[in-house]
Amino acid sequence: MTSMFGEPIARVEDDRLLRGEGAYLDDLGHDALAAAFVRSPHAHAVIRDIDVSGALDAAGLVAIYTHEDLPGRVGEPLPLLIPHPALTHGRTGYPLAAAEVNHVGEPVVMVVATDRYLAEDAAERIVVDYDPLPAVVGVDAARAAEHLVHPDVPGNVAAHLVQANGDAAAAVAAAPHRLELDLYIERSASTPLEGRGVLARWDTESRRLRIWTSTQTSTGVRAAVAAKLGLALADVDVITPDVGGGFGVKIVHPWPEEVLVPWAAMTLGRPVKFTEDRSEHFVASAHERGQRHQVRVGFDDDGRILGLDVTFWHDNGAYIPYGVIVPIITSTQLLGPYKPGAYRVEFSSLYTNTVIVTPYRGAGRPQGAFVMERTMDAIAAELDLDRTLVRERNFIQPGEMPYDHGLIFQDGRPLIYDSGDYPAALARLKGLIGWDEFEAVRRAARAEGRRVGIGLACYVEGTGVGPYEGAHVVVETSGKVRVATGLTSQGQGHQTVFAQIAADELGVPITDVEVVTGDTRAFGYAVGTFASRAAVMSGSAVALAARAARAKAIRVAAAALEASPDDMEIVDGVVRVKGDPGSGIALGTVAVLSNPLRYAFDEAARAATQFVGGDLSTPPVAEGDEPGIEGREYFSPVRSTFASGMHAAIVETDPDTAEVKVLRYCVVHDCGTLINPRIVEGQIHGGVAQGVGGALYEKMAYDETGQLQNASFMDFLMPYVSEVPERIEIDHLETPSPLNPLGIKGAGEAGVIPGSAVIAAAIEDAEGFPITSMPISPSDLFELRRRHAASGETANASQTASVNRAG
Amino acid sequence: MASGGDGAMGSGGAVTNPTTGLFDIRLTVNGTLHAVSVPARRLLSDCLRHDLRLTGTHVGCEHGVCGACTVLLDGVPVRSCLMLAVSADGSAITTVEGLAAADGTLSAVQRAFKDSHGLQCGFCTPGFLTMITAALAENPDPTPEEAREMVGGNLCRCTGYQNIVTAVLRAAELTRAERA
Repeated sequence: MTSMFGEPIARVEDDRLLRGEGAYLDDLGHDALAAAFVRSPHAHAVIRDIDVSGALDAAGLVAIYTHEDLPGRVGEPLPLLIPHPALTHGRTGYPLAAAEVNHVGEPVVMVVATDRYLAEDAAERIVVDYDPLPAVVGVDAARAAEHLVHPDVPGNVAAHLVQANGDAAAAVAAAPHRLELDLYIERSASTPLEGRGVLARWDTESRRLRIWTSTQTSTGVRAAVAAKLGLALADVDVITPDVGGGFGVKIVHPWPEEVLVPWAAMTLGRPVKFTEDRSEHFVASAHERGQRHQVRVGFDDDGRILGLDVTFWHDNGAYIPYGVIVPIITSTQLLGPYKPGAYRVEFSSLYTNTVIVTPYRGAGRPQGAFVMERTMDAIAAELDLDRTLVRERNFIQPGEMPYDHGLIFQDGRPLIYDSGDYPAALARLKGLIGWDEFEAVRRAARAEGRRVGIGLACYVEGTGVGPYEGAHVVVETSGKVRVATGLTSQGQGHQTVFAQIAADELGVPITDVEVVTGDTRAFGYAVGTFASRAAVMSGSAVALAARAARAKAIRVAAAALEASPDDMEIVDGVVRVKGDPGSGIALGTVAVLSNPLRYAFDEAARAATQFVGGDLSTPPVAEGDEPGIEGREYFSPVRSTFASGMHAAIVETDPDTAEVKVLRYCVVHDCGTLINPRIVEGQIHGGVAQGVGGALYEKMAYDETGQLQNASFMDFLMPYVSEVPERIEIDHLETPSPLNPLGIKGAGEAGVIPGSAVIAAAIEDAEGFPITSMPISPSDLFELRRRHAASGETANASQTASVNRAG
Repeated sequence: MASGGDGAMGSGGAVTNPTTGLFDIRLTVNGTLHAVSVPARRLLSDCLRHDLRLTGTHVGCEHGVCGACTVLLDGVPVRSCLMLAVSADGSAITTVEGLAAADGTLSAVQRAFKDSHGLQCGFCTPGFLTMITAALAENPDPTPEEAREMVGGNLCRCTGYQNIVTAVLRAAELTRAERA
């Protein structure tokens, strides 16, 4: 039997999905009533009156609910999921707006009807009278605080946090060279192809609630909804069906609809479903990325950073249910593979009258990498050094691992890198893209009248954050193995990789393993799928649970064969004496033997019944033992494990249209031991596409009144195949993590992280002036060219107003 | 709209039921004839998904941009979210559920997606499969550039498209091998 771990096997999920037999949220509940919502058309307004009278005779109408109809906790503000001492002014939205609306798209009235068409008809007939208030849109307006989003939050500041290691200000002041940079990243969003959705059934006889929701945390939804509705956890099942992508947006919970739909199902005694449409998803789910950063850096003649002092402002939108996770990640992961002499970071998280923020793949790291890598490039330009040389000189060396940055990470634990080899990764990246040969490429292109540039960017990503995940492995009497873990799947191939792990640990063919995720009926304790944590956390838990089941199987089989457990092995689903294929018992039979029976349910079960024999001097189930071949284990690491990588790109910029084309895109990636290289590469491809989208195409175009001008796929430029690099060239480095039993690190987010940084660097190299704000459209680049030409600078001017030599 | 059943609404001609305001239409979906009564405004995508319960066809944007809802209408790819069910009256429709052979064998395009890791969450996949099936019928031997063009109108948020393009070329290869 060949080992499955590390093999690029095809996914077990695919067959079903390719036949159209997937079961996504809106594929379920054909008998359910449909919910639709009246949402605020204003970014900021007081609700004066809600008149539902015009809708009462609408065909198919079942119920209309406003805030006043919601009893007790159902109507109260949604939970602040991740409290933090720095989050002094946390505000969350109501499931249905109470007196005020704070962003376009905020739910105000819920309509339930016999189908979605009719629910929307009724919703259209409801008249809400608003008194509009001035809207606060964007980081700069929030900082200016001319108007407030929440009247009781001064300066629009939800949170303010400072972390420092050493005296950065003094180090910058004393440094031989100093630069200041102003760096901005615009909002984007996860934008999965399937929006949010929830279906609930209240069983009027057993008085139990069953919820299906397109979420990244079924256990989180279960706990939150049970608390809101006053139900025991044991009376609530939450099932995650097939999920059409998440990328972060579906980690927030409970969404207003996840409270209201189950409550309506209980109230009406009928199943109710809400399926978000695309325009709702743009204005009623979540965005991310919007941050402005100011950098002060001091460095020596070799480009070594002596002091780094960063202040930034994070646009958290109208409410802050997910806390300050995104800016904390930026503030810590900004450091990447580098070790500045001293570091200080300060951020303010600001309310605006826009959609809330939740981590979007990368979760603050793309901004951090952009800030750090733009700084590295500015240092190289200032000193006229090769950009890779400046990075090399600032790298943490492999011999310095584990490396303690002296800061606190997003999981509340010390920011300590566990392993990594950054010099080796850079050497590979330079070879892969041909860094040292690029000047010849540039000259050849220039001779043809073409303008090309090269850039690179590095990142370190804390993955596999706690607190824990668990797994349950059961060997059925059929010999089949059932694996359950609580976290959810959104296309990552968990059923495949967890089966690979379980098959290897147990010694069974992978075709005998079935994996269940995200179903509280199968496994009730879990955290969720985010922060590139599934493989690390549940993968490790599956390995531990499978090892426990294996040990039990060997113990039971050894007793039956009167052999020593130390001499036993499991090969191809048969427990046998090592090297003696004739001696074995099939695992399914071992499962039968492990469960002493009074009643035989089939022929095989007779072997475990009470008159068959056995040692009559001991109890059938020994003290401290349990029936069955099962393992249930939890994995809870002391802290996160840190994956890393580096990207390089060559771009061509059109001299006339300013269009940017990515000619080559190279990735060197280290996520520790690979479970399935094919799946890891798929994750990188998708991440890079999102990174390129975020760098060149995607932004949330709010106008000054808080209206999102591009809230459709017509206008929000998500990349088609024509916008992504034709081939992403990938090289893997495998530096195992010492923090988990498999040596693995997370891989889900990596591809997106350095996207804006690397594309900005390559455009800057092609154009000869600094790129300090992303994304950059052809119009933006055209405008920058015009401005630089007008200011009389040559194409080789290394610094401009936005990159200042500090006095 | 309620009286506009002639001509524009397909060869079968939709019939209004005056008592219900519904149109009685006939759709041959994946070889099976279905008689359905739908309101004039019922989207073809909703009719397939909710009336016929063929939920393999997915709806990603409802404004014709993402392509997830692509089905073959008399062999031609159409966005079923941009078409009214009554307009499809009398048509033969192939959805993702109809791509595999009657004995369950996956089509060349489906197998190619599996071989090439051409899907992750799988939500956009049915639209790609139907689109590529039609495109390869027209051009069975595409160049890599032509393969990219074939999928140029469908959105995928997971894969970055590279493996989807590989799958198009692989599907062409499998089809050629089958015919040889």
